[in-house]
Amino acid sequence: MSNNSTPLRRFWAEFRENKISVLALVVVVLLILLALFAAVVSPQNPYDLANLSLMDSRRPPGFVGSGGYIHVLGTDPQGRDLLSAIFYGLRISIQIGLAAGFVSLTIGTALGITAAYVGGRIEALIMRLVDLQLSFPAILLALVIVALLGQGKAQLIGALVAAQYAYFARTAYGAAKAERGKDYIEAALATPLSGRLVVMRHLLPNCTPPLIVVATVQIANSISLEATLSFLGLGLPVTEPSLGMLISNGFPYMMSGRYWISVYPGVALIILIVAINIVGDQVRDQFNPRLRK
Amino acid sequence: MSAFLTIDNVSHLFGPNLTTGEKIAAKLGAKVETRSVRAVSDVTLSVRKGETLGLVGESGCGKSTLGRVVAGILQPTTGTITIDGAPVMENGTKVTTRVQTIFQDPFASLDPRMKVGDTVAEGPIAHGLTKKPEARRYVAGWFERVGLDPVWVDRYPHQFSGGQRQRIAIARALAMQPDVLICDEPVASLDVSIQAQIINLFLKLTRDLELTSIFISHDLSVVQHVSDRVAVMYLGRIAELGPVAQVFGTPAHPYTSALFDSVPKLVLDDDELVRFDTIEGEVPSPLSPPSGCNYHPRCPLASGTCSTIQPLTQPVASLRTVACHHFEAQLAGAAND
Repeated sequence: MSNNSTPLRRFWAEFRENKISVLALVVVVLLILLALFAAVVSPQNPYDLANLSLMDSRRPPGFVGSGGYIHVLGTDPQGRDLLSAIFYGLRISIQIGLAAGFVSLTIGTALGITAAYVGGRIEALIMRLVDLQLSFPAILLALVIVALLGQGKAQLIGALVAAQYAYFARTAYGAAKAERGKDYIEAALATPLSGRLVVMRHLLPNCTPPLIVVATVQIANSISLEATLSFLGLGLPVTEPSLGMLISNGFPYMMSGRYWISVYPGVALIILIVAINIVGDQVRDQFNPRLRK
Repeated sequence: MSAFLTIDNVSHLFGPNLTTGEKIAAKLGAKVETRSVRAVSDVTLSVRKGETLGLVGESGCGKSTLGRVVAGILQPTTGTITIDGAPVMENGTKVTTRVQTIFQDPFASLDPRMKVGDTVAEGPIAHGLTKKPEARRYVAGWFERVGLDPVWVDRYPHQFSGGQRQRIAIARALAMQPDVLICDEPVASLDVSIQAQIINLFLKLTRDLELTSIFISHDLSVVQHVSDRVAVMYLGRIAELGPVAQVFGTPAHPYTSALFDSVPKLVLDDDELVRFDTIEGEVPSPLSPPSGCNYHPRCPLASGTCSTIQPLTQPVASLRTVACHHFEAQLAGAAND
């Protein structure tokens, strides 16, 4: 480990040592790029109904459709090219996962750190609320909220945030509570520096490692939660299928030999979630010195 | 004698800090500890400008708490602390930058994720002692003063040794241009070889900058070396206060005497195996301190009055006070030794 470097550089040097994690990171970045440039790499715009032909529906991989190109992964019941639908579905899944992840990170961290720093009644109020919420399964909460708010991207993100901010709040609270009692916080307060300055410059930066770990895991979780909701038909509109809905669309045909409609989007979802989790695990291991070899 | 730093009748109680659940449990009759610990009780003393006051005592005697109260980190439960007539705290917030603290453990007192130069510059920028564009040069100046290479400002705390970190912590305190410095066991966590360097640095800087300081330590020889006067604390109270040579030479309080006798010495008398005189008994719980003089259960000179009447703090010589009913007997005994 070189001694004359920023923490970020040292972090990367250590991360690089685990080849599997690097591979997972490459996969995540690749999937994000595919999602970003879905319109460029896809042979078809699966959301444009004018491009779809029912003649092409439920065709196996390798079929040459009315568009004149090969459907590498086959087509779905609406005649969408599955490869294109997966790229676009990835885009929606990643968008929603990231948006829900960051919004819950922000809200949860703010609540958790406030509770730990202010203490007293506010601490008790916030943390008991979080405990109460964590005693319900996230999927149940998300289901109820989607049922109440209706369908749509914003509503879905809202439901995911409501189901997940509590994890961030508890993590931030735990980290901040431990850091709060340390000498460097006391030293900063004794200068004296304002509470706002101490929280923003000292407390928050020192709470980031566990939050980054939870964030990676929770982004993967919100992607799979969104897929679950879409699979149950409570996610996004049918015209803009996410990975979960693609799986759901193909489900009735699973037993009739048309496996590809469900399986390929499922494989894409699994690769995405597993890759994010491997990266998350590596990050967690690096932040936890006790796990170091 | 002109008092510069005045500690007037200061007490500090640590409450039981109950959670809401415990409060409810206590109301319902559960056995929850609701008593407060009187960590510092009725301490009155003053420090002259430029003086270094040593503060010694056993673990848990309240010396660190007193230091934190004086530094404005803890709000005194009763009493006031003033520097040159101006209060340190008002309405629970510290309102002055004239008193700064050096903490015991420089590994814990520096933010691990902040460049050390930024840590030192932060306070002075916030209080207008320097401006952001000039902060680098300002910090570099303080780095030089404490014996650090100014090019190190961009490093992180983990890249320094313990002694270097304590120098950084000293630079941080001094960059606020304080008049009073509270040193809470500043060398206790350092190697012996480094301790001497830090102590010499402390002595040089307090002399050069005419700092008034309180030096808290359980190491009697360190306190003897750096202090002008020394205060001996026992269970939250000042047992004895006076010039170093007098207190160390002829202790007026039986506790001071016992504390000094319990220090292991390297020189043996007449090749004889020397036994260290330990203090009899245990330190009583500060939750329920003894009646009268709080040292009486362990004191060899204790009499009936000691267990009922708390001794007043009385002058023995100039700048010297003691809180003991039998200090004359103690002084006579010390003279006979």
